[in-house]
Parts: sequence; C-alpha cells; structure tokens
Amino acid sequence: MTALFASDHGVNVAQNVGFYIIAAAMLWGAFRVVTTRNVVHAALWLVVVLGGIAAQYILAAAEFVAISQVLVYIGAVMVLFLFGIMLTRATIGEETDVNNQGWAIGIPVGLLMFGVLAYVTLDFTEDATLPEPTDEQITGATMAISDAYLGDYLVPLIAVSFVLLAAAIGAIVLARKD
Amino acid sequence: MYAFNFLLLSAALFSFGIYGVIARKNAVMVLMSIELILNSVNLNLVAFALMNNSIDGHVFALFVIAIAAAEVGVGLAMVLMIYRNRRSIALDELSEMKG
Repeated sequence: MTALFASDHGVNVAQNVGFYIIAAAMLWGAFRVVTTRNVVHAALWLVVVLGGIAAQYILAAAEFVAISQVLVYIGAVMVLFLFGIMLTRATIGEETDVNNQGWAIGIPVGLLMFGVLAYVTLDFTEDATLPEPTDEQITGATMAISDAYLGDYLVPLIAVSFVLLAAAIGAIVLARKD
Repeated sequence: MYAFNFLLLSAALFSFGIYGVIARKNAVMVLMSIELILNSVNLNLVAFALMNNSIDGHVFALFVIAIAAAEVGVGLAMVLMIYRNRRSIALDELSEMKG
C-alpha cells in the first residue's frame, strides 16, 4: 500500500530529537501511572504524561490546543483527581492490592492492541514525513480555530456547552449529601 | 519528522491505558487510565491535522478535551457517592447487579 501523504519533506533533526526525548519521558510516565502502588504518585506521573502531550502539541504546531491542555488537564482535571484521592482514602502511602485478581489478562490485551495499531500505522504511513509547519500555519492557527468554531462547528459548540452544563449539574446532584 | 512518530507514540499510550483499565482495582486509577486513552486519541487528531494541513483536527481535539473534563467531573462524583455508601472504591466489590 502506498502512503497517502506527501513524502518529499526533509526530516528536521532538532524536531526529532525533541520528540524522542519527550516521548521517552511520556512513555515512562504512562508506565508508572499503570504500575505504581501509590495512588498519589500515579496522579503525579499522569502530570508528566499530560505535560509531555502539551509539548508534543507545540511540536505539531498546535499552540492553542497545547495551552488548552495545560489549563484544562494539568490545571483543573489534576486538582479534581487529587481531591478525589483525598476524599476517598484515609491513609496516604503504598497500598498492598491495587490490581484486580485477573490483572494479568491486561498485559496480552495491551500488547495485542499495540501490535495491531503499530502494524496498521507502519503499513499505512510507511516512510512518509510530516511537512514543516509554515509561519502562516503557526500564526493563523488560533484564528482558523475560532473561524471554525463560529462557522461550521457552531451547532456542535452549543451542544458541547449543554453537555458541560448537564455534567456540572449532574456532578452536584450526585455528590450532594442529602 | 516521520508521520508514524506521533501515531506510534499515541498507540503506546493507548495500550498503557487499556492495560490500566483492565488491571486496576481503584476507581480513581481507572479514571486516570481513561485519561491516558483520551489523550492518545487527541495526539492522533492533532497529528492528522498537521498531515492534512487542516484545522479540523484541532477543533476535534478541543471538543474531546471538553468532553473529557465533563467525564472526569461526573466520574469522580460517582466515585465519591460509591465511597460514601460503601466505604470502599474497589471495583471488584461492586457486584450487587450480578445475576
């Protein structure tokens, strides 16, 4: 199968080095999130992964999404997680049994998932390279996002605002002491 | 940069998330694994936007971020309610609906 993307772009060495350093940190962080016995440590390793994702967005010329990632995930969602841990646990420290009885079934499932995804990805993209983001692309991205939101995606935007409203009310109703 | 860099990284994050959802007993840790999965999908969407020189991937990624925030809010509220009723958030003990 031939690659669908243009493949005559060069490979930017500095961009690649940055990518691999950040990717290694993210993979180690993700590994620790799913293996550590300490719930608070898992939340803090998740910060490494989410921050690495924001850095990858900047490498992919998506500054607005990167800022949103930092604000929403590292800012709001992590505070929610830490509050959730604080309100549901009496002791801080390592737990003895954090895994299910059948936890080992997750290893073959995860490996199979990665194998299939990696095979399809490599088969699909082959050695195609990504284009270097142009200056116009970088400076105009936020404007293009706002144009898309207030143009083609106006109805989905309003629908998402209703979903957020319903989620906020639902969370209050669920967590209320009555 | 090769096109498969972002896609392979997000495939690995997705697999870690799948493993976490299956293996973890603590409900808060399962929610963290779901965050890993959602973030890997977001990384894919942004990479596709760069490949196709289109802004739609960014728009979808922002939609996913909004929905993920709502999901975590409702999910943690449910976890708190379960903890208040049962004094435990171990998922393998929630078997009252079992036939």
